[in-house]
Amino acid sequence: MSIAAALSSENAASVGPASGPALAAGPTRRARSGAYLLLLPGLAYLVVFFILPVVALLATSLYVPVPGGDVGQFQPAFHWQNYPDAITAFWPQIVRSFAFALIATFAALLIGYPMAYVIAIKVRGKTLLQGLLLVLLIAPFFTSFILRTVAWKQILADDAFVVTALKWLHLMPEDGRLTATAFAVVAGLTYNFLPFMALPIYASLERMDIRLIEAGGDLYASGLNTFWRVTLPLSMPGVVSGTLLTFIPASGDYVNSSLLGNPVSTSMIGQVIDSRFFRVSDYPTASALSVVLMVAILILVGLYVRRAGTEDLV
Amino acid sequence: MALGVAGPDAAATPQVSGSTSDSGADLELVRVTKAFGSFLAVDDLTLTIPSGSFFALLGPSGCGKTTTLRMVAGLEQPSSGSISIGGTDVTDRKAYQRPVNTVFQSYALFPHLTVLENVAFGLRRKHVPDAVARAGEGLDLVELRHLADRKPAQLSGGQQQRVALARALVNNPAVLLLDEPLGALDLKLRRQMQVELKRIQIEVGLTFVHVTHDQEEAMTMADTVAVMNAGRIEQMGSPAELYELPRTAFVANFLGQSNLLPGTVREVRDGWVGVDVAGTRVVVPQARAVSQDGSVLVGVRPEKVLLLPASEDLPDDANVIGPGIVSDVSFTGVSTQYQVEVPGLGTFGVFAQNLAGGASAAVGDRVRLAWAPGFTFGLDGADDASDGVDLA
Repeated sequence: MSIAAALSSENAASVGPASGPALAAGPTRRARSGAYLLLLPGLAYLVVFFILPVVALLATSLYVPVPGGDVGQFQPAFHWQNYPDAITAFWPQIVRSFAFALIATFAALLIGYPMAYVIAIKVRGKTLLQGLLLVLLIAPFFTSFILRTVAWKQILADDAFVVTALKWLHLMPEDGRLTATAFAVVAGLTYNFLPFMALPIYASLERMDIRLIEAGGDLYASGLNTFWRVTLPLSMPGVVSGTLLTFIPASGDYVNSSLLGNPVSTSMIGQVIDSRFFRVSDYPTASALSVVLMVAILILVGLYVRRAGTEDLV
Repeated sequence: MALGVAGPDAAATPQVSGSTSDSGADLELVRVTKAFGSFLAVDDLTLTIPSGSFFALLGPSGCGKTTTLRMVAGLEQPSSGSISIGGTDVTDRKAYQRPVNTVFQSYALFPHLTVLENVAFGLRRKHVPDAVARAGEGLDLVELRHLADRKPAQLSGGQQQRVALARALVNNPAVLLLDEPLGALDLKLRRQMQVELKRIQIEVGLTFVHVTHDQEEAMTMADTVAVMNAGRIEQMGSPAELYELPRTAFVANFLGQSNLLPGTVREVRDGWVGVDVAGTRVVVPQARAVSQDGSVLVGVRPEKVLLLPASEDLPDDANVIGPGIVSDVSFTGVSTQYQVEVPGLGTFGVFAQNLAGGASAAVGDRVRLAWAPGFTFGLDGADDASDGVDLA
């Protein structure tokens, strides 16, 4: 229904108080089209800042260099060969990105789930303590993402206390280091996305009736058994959203790999895209890699959500 | 078959027996105390519940009945004292190591599992072979087999209640604990479930311990009722015993209604205690009097009292109070309830069956109140005559 029609039906309803049953459907239909109108600003925003850029990205990924032109000069074309070329050149970084993101997601789950469990279940009812722990969980957001990552660089530096302590305990060889290693990159990713893992799990667990855990114990399930059979399945929606919110941004991240890694053995695909765009002005390759990353994440997430079967959960 | 106590139609009923037959075991609590900070929820409780009985713990909220139940289930650890089942001390055992199952107040059905899987949960944890088949038989017992594949959220409150019951029963526990199991149901469904619970208890022969604040529920179902107040058991006995011969003012008021009159003992003779109640002599059978000297409370249930017109001759072997003025008459169909103001004694309640049809006295009438002395009970004068009135 158009805006004009919506306005006229409103007029009809307000002018004719004695209107017959023919107009009875008016108000609901009007209310519904009114609700759709509310979507317009968001839709316009998405078209300008998401749809159009994605179309531009897809187009750029097929461009070819201008013959005899300068570096960074390209012209529209349908050069599909850009894709195999980009993948052949940078597949190690693509694979590494997903591997790092996967390890970081898993680590964040192992660290984040117990945190969420304590806050949602163990201290339930102790409002003050619960609030305090939640603030502590969210506190990193009060500082910028970049700053926090730079701080990790300091913490993991060769002469800082972590490395010194590890060497003193002989847990690390004398010439070992943490900065510029894959470990540092994955640790940074894990740390930076931890709240995105813990908060959705907390939200799921917080809704859970404590009596269900008691019922598990009452029905001969030990604490661990109750966790596997009752608590974990009921918190799966939180686990699924937490892992997605961690995995997706982590696989495209380039801040951790550039600040905490080295350019040779830890570079991730985000870093490559960044340098293709802004250092060597190779726009088609950068665009093609972005599209590959996007499609790969969509496929992986689609498979994961189907396998996790969230629709079966409460 | 493990269910030796089942009724004669046992062959036709689904077997919910377990391979480990713990049924037929007494539940014993010895000097159990539970403190939450400085609050004594359960105070030095000693109690033996014989196997196969339907036992009700009745009391107002906060009296410690639910805490007692949770200690038996292993969901709460006693501060001191011991709990044993069938002679085995289970005080230090975790909930999952006790031969006890609970029907929770909110049912606590697992929302992610089907009805059948909910019922099979305990059997699977005990690695019982053919757990699913046995769970199905459990659902037969509560007549819900046709809903086996549903999720709990798709069931009505009454159906969820039955699933919770089946989920506990299939494990054939030594003791089945019911925590206000009917509290969330409407009155009609509650009545229906009371009858059904009793039927199932007789059918399976397990020990049921039922916690409730509803005196009617406790009296309808239980063989033995223990009235709890402030962490202690006030009195324990069959529903009829408790009703006919309450031993404390709390029991007299919480279980049904009572007319309690303060008086002083004048004489004890030939098995009778003579009490002076505001100048009138009232006699109490000696066996029914808790205290036989000093100040006492004399009690009688409202349905035992007859209203007599002030002019009528008095039977000389009756306890008679009055005259008083009828201040309120409410006709309830089966009976009529009168409130009579007796000068110096306060308000007296009388229930009269509508044998003749309609009320026999009207507001403002001068009447006397008479009852057979054998129905009188005597309580300790130190009791508060209104104890438990507001809680019932």
